Amino acid sequence: MTDNPLVQDFATDWDHSDPQWVADPYPIWEDLRQRCPVAHTDRYGGGWFPATHAGVSEIAKDTTNFTSRNVVIGNGRPTELDLPAPIGVAPPITSDPPFHAIARRLILPAFAPGPINALEPMIRELCSKLLDTMAGEDVVNAGTQYAQYIPPSVIRGMLGFPEEDIEQFLEFVHIILEGIDHPEEERIIEFEPVEKYFVAQIEEHMDSPRDDLTSYLLNAELDGQNLALEHVFGTMVLILVAGIDTTWSAIGSAIWHLAHNPEDLARLVNEPDLMPVAIEEFLRFYAPVTMARLVKHDMEYQGCPMKEDDWILLGFPAANRDPVAFKDADKFIIDRAENRHVAFGLGIHRCAGSNLARLEMRVALEEFIKRYPRFELADSKAVTWAPGQIRGPRNLPIRILQ
Amino acid sequence: MKVRIDPEICQGQGRCFSIAPQIFDFDELGNGVVLGDGLLTSETIELARLAQANCPEHAVFIEDSP
Ligand code: HEM
Ligand code: SF4
Repeated sequence: MTDNPLVQDFATDWDHSDPQWVADPYPIWEDLRQRCPVAHTDRYGGGWFPATHAGVSEIAKDTTNFTSRNVVIGNGRPTELDLPAPIGVAPPITSDPPFHAIARRLILPAFAPGPINALEPMIRELCSKLLDTMAGEDVVNAGTQYAQYIPPSVIRGMLGFPEEDIEQFLEFVHIILEGIDHPEEERIIEFEPVEKYFVAQIEEHMDSPRDDLTSYLLNAELDGQNLALEHVFGTMVLILVAGIDTTWSAIGSAIWHLAHNPEDLARLVNEPDLMPVAIEEFLRFYAPVTMARLVKHDMEYQGCPMKEDDWILLGFPAANRDPVAFKDADKFIIDRAENRHVAFGLGIHRCAGSNLARLEMRVALEEFIKRYPRFELADSKAVTWAPGQIRGPRNLPIRILQ
Repeated sequence: MKVRIDPEICQGQGRCFSIAPQIFDFDELGNGVVLGDGLLTSETIELARLAQANCPEHAVFIEDSP
């Protein structure tokens, strides 16, 4: 949470870290859609927030006027220390065309449905073991004891890092997630132990390659050459950053919803085939990820005087609640048949991990409701929501009902 | 009627082949592709329409076949 003064008017002074926004952003967005479809702020050095589906989708697809050079809003701007566009610090998410397509093509085959679907038994076993550790408790924390562990454990397995290193790995994930928007000089110091461990793993994989993501990246070629070690390390960091608190938030939000909507929980328990459709509605209604762009040059955009290096807060979750794009947009409809939600983004940066994220969500929810067909919020006031661009419940105490 | 995916627009969101695996498949990058000639029957047309209505990129097209 920032120490910024509280917001009085989100149309002229929005702040996605304001306590009101963090607690419940949806009424704010609905109000903006009605009276100010592109809101402004002077905070963070200046920025804009389109609250409509049309605005979000237009900007997501416009790489001429907007750059992905930095996708996390902070008070600073990219410096000379950061790699310039079109590559950026964490390709492909910080890359612009034409380099973006090259960096993206490199990782897509590893995240295509074929290799991802093969992970299902591993993920199921992981979820089931986590539930075993919680057995016998009347109140479990679905955030800190369950959702939080699933994505990093899956990625540890994909990277082929030893299972017994899991605690150390979780600690590294923590360092990376906390440090990602720190200034470059601090980040280098904080990441040192992480880099040492990862480089040791990379070297070990060079000596004995196997069928995992680390060996895949080491074998990958760009212009007929293997990737530089820094590129391999950078891509691993991106996958950790992009794949962990995003998916943890998505799983947590779904459990939170089911805990106070018993009729939806009962339907999922009784109609397992509904799960894939329900997952798309969880993703629409509780989309966890908001991205950012920087304005490339001074211009007038939809009547707004945008300046070079102004931020754009790219609210995929707001687009998903726009009544122009979705019928009954503010209602959660568990069997919504037509659902063009944009939780994974739109255009060239569409989430590369979407197949994995969906699989983790489905298996995590299936296993949870199999073990606990009836549950409720143990203390709705104790639930906390992550501030910033990734939204999801962190503390999530759930009472198990018989 | 015939269904096609415009590969320039498709970003591999994966909705089409999850909803209608009888009609769509994915390539090695995870982008959507149409199985066979894409000709739709009275049994498959509704499913193709449903897939179309769920593609966030508007990459699925259903057209009169010549
Ligand atoms: C429910 C969970 C997730 C959500 C909602 C989500 C959402 C997003 C969104 C909205 C973007 C677009 C970024 C932009 O437009 O700037 C994105 C990009 C990306 N995501 Fe995810 N993500 C999730 C899980 C994952 C997972 C599990 C991974 C991989 C392990 C992953 C890897 C990536 C990568 C590599 C990109 C960059 C793609 C590119 O720039 O071409 N994400 N994600
Ligand atoms: S749903 Fe649309 S974007 Fe996704 S794979 Fe199918 S055609 Fe492509």
